[in-house]
Amino acid sequence: MADLITAGRAATKSDGTQPVVLLEQVTRDFGESVITRVLKGIDFRLETGEFTALTGPSGSGKSTLLNLIGLLDRATSGRVCLDGVDTAGLDDTALTRLRGRSIGFVFQFHHLLPAFTAVENVMLPGIARDGRPSEALRKQAEQMLVRMGMADRLRFKPGQLSGGQQQRVAIARALCLGPKLILADEPTGNLDTAASDQVFDLMRQINREEHAAFLVVTHDPSIAARCDRVVELVDGNIVSDRAPVRA
Amino acid sequence: MPFEWFVALRYLREGRIQTVLILLGVSTGVGVIIFLSALITGLQSSLIENTLGSQAHVVVRPPEEMPRLLHDGRVEGTDPAAVARGLAPGEDALAVRLEKPAQRLRSINQWPQVMRDIEKVNGVTAVSPLVAGSAFVTRGEATRSVALRGIDPERFTRIIDMPSRMATGVFRVEGTEAVIGTGLAMDLGVRIGDRIRVLTAEGRTDVFTIAGIFDLQNKGVNDSWVLVSLKSAQNLLDLSGGISAIEMRVEKIFAAESIAQSVARRTGLIAESWMALNGQLLVGLRSQSSSSTMIQAFVVVAVALGIASVLVVWVVQKNREIGILRAFGTTRRQILRVFLIQGLLLGAAGWIVGVGIGTVLSLIFASLATNPDGSPTFPVNLSAQLFLGTFAMALSVGLLSATAPARRAAALDPAEAIHHG
Repeated sequence: MADLITAGRAATKSDGTQPVVLLEQVTRDFGESVITRVLKGIDFRLETGEFTALTGPSGSGKSTLLNLIGLLDRATSGRVCLDGVDTAGLDDTALTRLRGRSIGFVFQFHHLLPAFTAVENVMLPGIARDGRPSEALRKQAEQMLVRMGMADRLRFKPGQLSGGQQQRVAIARALCLGPKLILADEPTGNLDTAASDQVFDLMRQINREEHAAFLVVTHDPSIAARCDRVVELVDGNIVSDRAPVRA
Repeated sequence: MPFEWFVALRYLREGRIQTVLILLGVSTGVGVIIFLSALITGLQSSLIENTLGSQAHVVVRPPEEMPRLLHDGRVEGTDPAAVARGLAPGEDALAVRLEKPAQRLRSINQWPQVMRDIEKVNGVTAVSPLVAGSAFVTRGEATRSVALRGIDPERFTRIIDMPSRMATGVFRVEGTEAVIGTGLAMDLGVRIGDRIRVLTAEGRTDVFTIAGIFDLQNKGVNDSWVLVSLKSAQNLLDLSGGISAIEMRVEKIFAAESIAQSVARRTGLIAESWMALNGQLLVGLRSQSSSSTMIQAFVVVAVALGIASVLVVWVVQKNREIGILRAFGTTRRQILRVFLIQGLLLGAAGWIVGVGIGTVLSLIFASLATNPDGSPTFPVNLSAQLFLGTFAMALSVGLLSATAPARRAAALDPAEAIHHG
């Protein structure tokens, strides 16, 4: 097992660039009287442009790991560095700013805000960052949606879109501010095969064009097989980190 | 438009039912407060106006005559009565019973100087001399006891605006002219130009021609006042060159008592304000005000609780959305502001609707019953101050009641909120 992990790392280790994500001996405990250690000393690097799948059975700690990397949660011990910044000393506002600047999220259930149109949903991270909407932001959001094949759905609200379309809007939202890292939690888990393939291909295309790193949590072996690297988490430990086994 | 306003406005627009519920709450509250305040202040000012329409704000009169000890007795020997009262031989006898002498009509010493002094007191707007006493009026077989009042018409008009209160004739008391009230005129069956005979207890008498008949909306006054010139009253009441009282009008009617006290201290005379003379009225007004304040306070609390509870439910419903907003870089402070802005906007919008409700209710109520002269029986007082006050109140209530939900929203753990909603 140790050899497998080393082998998986070797492909991206020697290029010398700063990793987008660097975790060192990260643990995460839950509970007060009875403490459960969900992550048990994770070491993990994610390099720029890498498209990595995070797999593992339910309860293995995937979501907890994703939350830590996404700065939505803090580690009990160990180092979490994002884009070269050690997040240990950052307060909530600084973490939020860093998250907004560096990370895009794609969730399983799209999680678009139903009160806003597609283009507004895509603009919202930018509006939150700048403090107000602007024409430049709107143009950027519209272009992103056009790239996602949503040109004729710009003014639609999420309730008027299909599942695949909603997920495409969610991806556009995650990408709009040009983050270095996209965290996707089962982005195709809620879609049929055709829509799932479309969404995945889009993410792959963006990954190639923008060189953004992707960490995709998935249960779907066919999705994992199309990634550059597959990291498997079992019981709070990384048990394998390797190139995918292609069929 | 700033991010917080953009989100707050959109959520208000989309959450129609909650928005309408809160708006209803705020606007009903504001409407009730405006209606209640307008009605109570209207009634109060009408009551005060009626009361002060026929009396001066402060009346200054000479000090009362005090009993004097006529015999300075010393206890002789062993007088059993004196010993029983605890007095030893040789001690001064003490007055055991003080009997107040009957108060005769007396003049204020050096009244022109006193009037000039009082005029200089801050807040005093008019000062008028008065010679007042009891008398009888006879006309034919009819005799009525009246309050004879000698006045300086020009100064008196500044205390009570007589020319505007004349039912018929003119307000003029030159020479042997007199002005009486509508009640007395009816009792005596007199009209303008008729003559009446005024007779005092000391047997002095004079004949006056009715120059005008007034209506001060006060039956007691209308039935009893006979206004004559200062000189005529001085002659009839045997107060040559003197006056029995000085009447004053002050700028702020509720400052009357403190002005009266300061005049009393300055002059050594007795000064009584309308507030002291109408204690019951004042107690009535105060209890009316406090019950109104209490009702308003409860309305405010009810509205605040209403807004807070609807917003709390709103925050719970929006947990996941708040989590998502937080995930893509919205700070806690921004989330806090979104909900505070919602509170402010709801307060402001509720106020606008509430002003409409309150104003319409007040106007309808005022038009329900009218006096013969067309004025409303229940007058309402819709002042700018009331509107501004309720505006400030609505904004504060909106803001304060949004504080708890807003803090709750800002404190949400984004990971938790996204996964569990």
